[in-house]
Amino acid sequence: MIEAKNVTKRYGQTVVVDDVTLQLPVGGITSIIGPNGAGKSTLLSMMSRVLPMSSGTVRVDGLDVTTTPGDVLARRLAILRQDNPLTARLTVRELVTFGRYPHSKGRPTVKDREHVEQAIRHMGLDALAERFLDELSGGQRQRAFVAMVLCQDTDYVLLDEPLNGLDLKHAVSMMKHLRHAADALQKSVVVVLHDINFASCYSNHLIAMRDGKVAFQGRPADIMRPEVLRAVYELDISIQRIDGDFIATHYR
Amino acid sequence: MKRFTLALLVLVVVAGASLLVGVGHLSWSALVSPTPDERAVQVLVVSRIPRLLAVLLVGTSLGVAGLIMQMLARNRFVEPATAGTAESASLGMLAATALAPQLPVLAKMGIAALFALAGTALFLLILQRIPLRSVLVVPLVGIVLGGIIDSVTTFFAHRMELLQSVNAWTTGDFSTVLRGRYELLWVTLGLTCLAYVAADRFTVAGMGESFTTNLGLRYRRIVVLGLVIVSMVTAMVVVTVGMIPFLGLIVPNVVSLVMGDNARRSIPWVALGGAGFVLVCDLLGRVVRFPYEIPGATLAGILGSLLFLHLLLRRNARVG
Repeated sequence: MIEAKNVTKRYGQTVVVDDVTLQLPVGGITSIIGPNGAGKSTLLSMMSRVLPMSSGTVRVDGLDVTTTPGDVLARRLAILRQDNPLTARLTVRELVTFGRYPHSKGRPTVKDREHVEQAIRHMGLDALAERFLDELSGGQRQRAFVAMVLCQDTDYVLLDEPLNGLDLKHAVSMMKHLRHAADALQKSVVVVLHDINFASCYSNHLIAMRDGKVAFQGRPADIMRPEVLRAVYELDISIQRIDGDFIATHYR
Repeated sequence: MKRFTLALLVLVVVAGASLLVGVGHLSWSALVSPTPDERAVQVLVVSRIPRLLAVLLVGTSLGVAGLIMQMLARNRFVEPATAGTAESASLGMLAATALAPQLPVLAKMGIAALFALAGTALFLLILQRIPLRSVLVVPLVGIVLGGIIDSVTTFFAHRMELLQSVNAWTTGDFSTVLRGRYELLWVTLGLTCLAYVAADRFTVAGMGESFTTNLGLRYRRIVVLGLVIVSMVTAMVVVTVGMIPFLGLIVPNVVSLVMGDNARRSIPWVALGGAGFVLVCDLLGRVVRFPYEIPGATLAGILGSLLFLHLLLRRNARVG
C-alpha cells in the first residue's frame, strides 16, 4: 500500500501540494484527475521519490521513500514522468532492457530477456524494437517508455499522463494493457489522466484534486456526477450512462 | 564485433607505420637485421614508441571523457574544452607552478585535477540555474566560463612570465614526448577502463535524474564519478602533452550517430576513434611541412572545427 501523510510541496511562497494525506488502494487502477495546476503530477512524483517533499512522509509497503535505499524501492515501484528525453539514441530494445536494471544490475539473464520481449510485444513495438528512440513519433516513444516501466515488473506502477501523444487506437490499447497489468498480473497502477472518460471507464478508484488538495475520491460512480465534477473543474458537465459506463459530455 | 576487430587492425597498421615517420631516419630493415642499428633502436625506444603510446592514450581517454561530459550535461556539444574543464586544469597547473614549484609532477597534476573538478562542477551548477532555451546555450555557457578562467590564467601567467608554459598546456603537441615524460598518461587507461565498467550507469544518468532514481541508482554519485574521471583525464593530458581541441566533441558525436548512446556499446568505439583521430592529426602534423612539425592540436583544431560545423548543421536540421 502507498500511504502519503501530510505531504506538502512548496516553491517559495507557492504551495503546489497542500498537506495531502492519502492511502492508495492495493490492486486495480487508481486515476488521479483534476484541472491544470492541481498538483497531480507533483503528488505522483513525490510519492515515487523522484521529487523531494517540502514536508510529510510517503510509505510504500511500510518503507519510507526518503530513507529506503533506491534499489530496494526500484524493485517495488516504477514511475514514468512526462519529461522523458526526446533525443536519446537508444534503441527501443535497449531502453526496455534498462527496465530490468534493478533486477539484473546491467547483466540481463535469460529471464530478463523474456521480460523484455514480452513487454515489447505487449506494447506493439515488435517492428520498432531496433529503431532509435529519436527516430520514433511521440506516441511510439511514449509506448517504448511505458514498456520499459512495465518491464521493471514492480508491484506499483505510477504513470504521469501515459496517454499523452497517443492516437485513439493506441490510447485504448494502452489502457487495456494497464487493465491487464492490474487484473492478470496483480499490479497496482496509479495514473494521472486528463481524459476523465478514460479514467471513468478503466479505473477502480478515482482521486480528484484541486488547488493542491484531494477534493474527492471514490469509485467512478461516486465521482462521475455533475455536482462533483463542477466543483473540481468549474464546468457544467453532464453525465450519461452508456453500456454501464459513466461518460461525461463536456464539449458544449 | 567483426567491424570493431577490422577497425582495430587498421589502427594498428597506421600506428605501426607512424613509428617510421620522423626526422631521424628509421627503417624496419635497420631494426630487424641480425645486427640492429643501435642508434635506430634508441630512436625507436626513447622517442617513437613513447610518442605513439602518448598519442593513443590521449586520444582514447579524451574521447571517452567527452562522451561522459555529454551524458552528464545531457548535451551533445559539451566536452572538456567547452566546459571550462581544460582551462581550470591550466589554472591549477599555473597555481601549482607559481606557489609550489618544488612539488613533484604527480602532485601538480593532482592540483590541476582538483581545479578541473571545481571548474566542471561550477559549469554543471550554472547549467542547473539558467533556463535552457536552446541546446546551443550549454556549450556557449561553457565557452564563456572557460574564457573567464583562461583570462585569469593569462593575467597571472603574464605577470609571472609563465605564458610559455601555459601555451604548452593548452596546445597539445607530441613532439616533446620522450621516454620518462609521458608515463603519467598510463593512469588515463585505468580511468578509461573504469568508465567502461560504469558504462550502464552513465547511459542511465544521460536519460535524466528522475529516470536514474526510478531505476534505483543514485544520480549524484554517478555525476561525481563522471566528474572525477573527466577532471583527472583532462589534468593528465594538460600536464603531459597539452589539450587537444574538438576531439571529445566530434568522436562521441560520430559514434552516437552510427551506434547510438548506449555507452556499453559506444565506449570501445569512442576509444578507438579518439586514438585514430589523434594519430591522424599527429601524423599529418609531422609530414605536412617535413622536416618541421605542426602541433597535433593545431591540426585537430582545423579538422575538428570543420567536422563539428558539419555535425552542427546536420543535428540542427533534425532537432529543429
